[in-house]
Amino acid sequence: MNFQPGKDTLKRNFKTVGTRTPRPDGLDKITGRAQFGADMTAPGMLWGLILRSPHAHARIRKIDTSKAEAVNGVHAVVTAADFGPCPDGVLDVRENIMAREKALYDGHAVAAVAATSRAAAKQALKLIKVDYEVLPHVTDVDEAMKPSAPVINNKLFTKGLDKTPRKPSNVAERFEFGHGDVEAGLKQADLVIERTFKTEATHQGYIEPHACLASMGSDGKGDIWCCTQGHFMVRQVCSALLGMDASALRVTASEIGGGFGGKTTVFIEPVALALSLKSNRPVKVVMSRSEVLRASGPTSSTSIDIKIGMNKDGTITAGDATLRYQGGAFPGSAVPYGAMAAFACYDLKAVRAVGYDVIANRPKQAAYRAPGAPMAAYAVESVVDELCKELDLDPLDVRLKNASSDGSKASYGPNFDVIGLRATLEAARAHPHYKAKLGRNQGRGVACGFWFNFGGETSVSLNVSADGTIGLSVGTPDIGGSRASIGNMAAEELGVPHDKVRCIIADTASLGYNDVTDGSRVTFASGLAAINAARDAIGKMCERAAGIWGIPVEAVTWEDGAARPSSPNAGKHEPLTLADIAAQAGATGGPISGHCEINAEGAGVSFATHLVDTEVDPETGYVKVLRYTVFQDAGKAVHPSYVEGQFQGGAVQGIGWALNEEYIYGKDGTLQNAGFLDYRIPVASDLPMIDAVIVEVPNPGHPYGVRGVGETSIVPPLAAISNSVSDAAGVRMTQLPMSPPRVLKALGRI
Amino acid sequence: MFQIQVSTSINGDDTEFSCEADETLLDVLRDRLGMTGSKEGCGTGDCGACSVVVDGRLVCSCLMLGAEAQGREIETIEGMADGTELHPLQQKFLDHAALQCGVCTPGFLVAAKSLLERNDDPTEEEVRYWLAGNLCRCTGYDKIVRAVLDTAKDMRKPAKTKKPAAKKRVKA
Amino acid sequence: MVKVQVWGSLKPALEGADEIELEAASIREVLDQLSDTYPAMKQAIMRGVSVSVDGRMYANAIMVPLKPDSEVFVLPKLVGG
Repeated sequence: MNFQPGKDTLKRNFKTVGTRTPRPDGLDKITGRAQFGADMTAPGMLWGLILRSPHAHARIRKIDTSKAEAVNGVHAVVTAADFGPCPDGVLDVRENIMAREKALYDGHAVAAVAATSRAAAKQALKLIKVDYEVLPHVTDVDEAMKPSAPVINNKLFTKGLDKTPRKPSNVAERFEFGHGDVEAGLKQADLVIERTFKTEATHQGYIEPHACLASMGSDGKGDIWCCTQGHFMVRQVCSALLGMDASALRVTASEIGGGFGGKTTVFIEPVALALSLKSNRPVKVVMSRSEVLRASGPTSSTSIDIKIGMNKDGTITAGDATLRYQGGAFPGSAVPYGAMAAFACYDLKAVRAVGYDVIANRPKQAAYRAPGAPMAAYAVESVVDELCKELDLDPLDVRLKNASSDGSKASYGPNFDVIGLRATLEAARAHPHYKAKLGRNQGRGVACGFWFNFGGETSVSLNVSADGTIGLSVGTPDIGGSRASIGNMAAEELGVPHDKVRCIIADTASLGYNDVTDGSRVTFASGLAAINAARDAIGKMCERAAGIWGIPVEAVTWEDGAARPSSPNAGKHEPLTLADIAAQAGATGGPISGHCEINAEGAGVSFATHLVDTEVDPETGYVKVLRYTVFQDAGKAVHPSYVEGQFQGGAVQGIGWALNEEYIYGKDGTLQNAGFLDYRIPVASDLPMIDAVIVEVPNPGHPYGVRGVGETSIVPPLAAISNSVSDAAGVRMTQLPMSPPRVLKALGRI
Repeated sequence: MFQIQVSTSINGDDTEFSCEADETLLDVLRDRLGMTGSKEGCGTGDCGACSVVVDGRLVCSCLMLGAEAQGREIETIEGMADGTELHPLQQKFLDHAALQCGVCTPGFLVAAKSLLERNDDPTEEEVRYWLAGNLCRCTGYDKIVRAVLDTAKDMRKPAKTKKPAAKKRVKA
Repeated sequence: MVKVQVWGSLKPALEGADEIELEAASIREVLDQLSDTYPAMKQAIMRGVSVSVDGRMYANAIMVPLKPDSEVFVLPKLVGG
């Protein structure tokens, strides 16, 4: 029986869930045996390379590939002409993976070659002649919105306005969320603070570049091996772009070397498939780091206005936000989620968030951990912090006073279910970190964050082997230890030790459809499906036991890994363990397996509170993070080590966003720092230990109370660090990253 | 194209290969020898995912030419465990959950081993600075640093008090 | 009657109404009626929307039953990292 949210009671006593078991993919990953995207080869394989636009915005007049095709060893050259008609839903993807009439950003793919060696492919790339007409470009979000800005797409007319404009612009859409009378609320306030913030674009920075191996046969059947957060998505999009039947393409997800949202779309996979189709050979394409930075999907850069009113007692009377996000050369930035998440931590009578989705000559943005939310939270939490300082109020007390709680109306509309924001705030207030003394040039920052968390389409298959062990197939690529957590939930439900369950990621031909690994959904949704699949198998095992005992199935119950008579009336029978039943499966009716195919619902939203101490060097402007503590609601931490890992990893990505990381574009619109030396993500010596405090407020939508934990951890750090630096420096910081020159400027030193 | 013949030793095995003059050691390991445990995260020596040890020295194999391996002794992640006996660092990385996606893990293990061979009692700061050339985007480094410090502590224990279980086969 | 609110960029499609009331027994019936009544909504619904029913979020699910007094929000289709 599938779990019924609201009807079934939640399990609270666990044997396996909540313990720190070894991970199933651990040995392979510490010995170098694990196979990631670039680690696969095939007989007769060619190397594919992609030619990219050196211009930020240019009309492509002509592409001459004849000299490249003549290079010895070259077996295929493809351009946009090799991608024919496709459904509307993937038009932008088609344009992004291979430029058609115009190159829209520095790094936009314009052609690709496949050759027997990388050297031959490199030589061929140099011989492709592209005739560009360079066009005016714009990369800054505020500049892109000006009426005088170069129009990137003359078919783009702003949606969401009362009247659709007659002239095209770079503003794709306007969004508005909120309720109540904001103007009246602001008027009531004892103090209103209004500020404008800017954040630079950052990249997910996964260490493994995009990589794939595609093989297309002359019979129209194909295979792709790739590192992706969603191999079913790769199948759908690639088959649509190549005009194939979805089931003719099988996609296998390799081990994935980080994704954080950046691998929820395709870049090179359709190109490799087209090269393979044309050459009739398997083709491997691996991005270089510079290609990853120039041409995969970073975040939006943003510009945000915030206005908040507060009374002397700390009550927030109203909040107003205008958010402008450029999402690269195509519509679809994360601004609606930013607008929805901006004030989600506060229970407000009057709130409004207006978002503008803006295009610019930059790579099409992709999701990055709680897409859109960190920037919005940064701006809102900075103003809340400043109000607290001006009114001499404790920032945690003020947040507790205004915090969203069970049943309160979210700033984006619906009412919250059971939520853990208050619990994280209370944990922070009680923690020694909050009372620790600070020294000279040091400051403390507090901020909260929210993320929705998803459910979504999920399939799981659970097979009981004759020896009583379990094969568990899931279809959501494991980006942070989810095989361990899902396997442990199945073991818990079945009542067997965790090491009797082996959880693997099945390919697209072996399992029903699964949405991508995103929205912190996997431990929740694949876990829920695994529990349901286990219940399905248990039901079948109880039937077998009933048959063996000759009693009705209703008289059989499953407890501690064995079928048992449910009451003395059912007769005296020794329990039949899972292994006992499995051993007789063939003779009692055939193989036993459990399934679950669902559109998982009931994902519980998640909140976090972060505390951080920093020290600002007034001579150099360098900011050192001294102490960091994360308090986050996990609902139920299935594998505490990996929950802590999510908290720590998200916090450190936030530290990078706040202090170091930024996309720097030159006057010519080209990316100036397309490498890990100049696009600097945090290294071990930049950081202290990150203390992770797990708060557990069970989610009523999951049988074990689980909430997704992956994304919320990146929402508070930008604001927490900015508040801490502002406290240390004695001046309000309003732009990210807070690199040394910006800090010195704020201090009036330069 | 002209190829260079190279004789070298990899994880104690005599190895011969031919490569082009501009091929990196990383390319040779991965594409010619099938040793894909060393990873390419950047190709510019910034991420450390391709860390190997050459004649006792920790290097990024993406910054060294394959031809330069002539006559050297190379150690890679594939040679870190002694058969089924894991190196203590490998076991501690599992125990401390010091990996998430695992793509940086081979580089971290090779680099950390090199640290502990030079300094059996590093401070947290020394660990952090030694590993500053290895990028990890998942963990925030907390559990990695703890795993290295804990390994160092265990390896310093005199041999007789060491439980035999310390080098047991991994159960995972 | 089920109370339905629609997210910001599509508000103009409701021709000035902040909230509309419908007779609907499922999400599908809500979306069908919105599509039939407001042409601008049809496109958005085809592009994909998330729907919140009494505080619980549903992405791409149309068979969810509604209570007679359910509160429904039609929101942008959520994506995550």
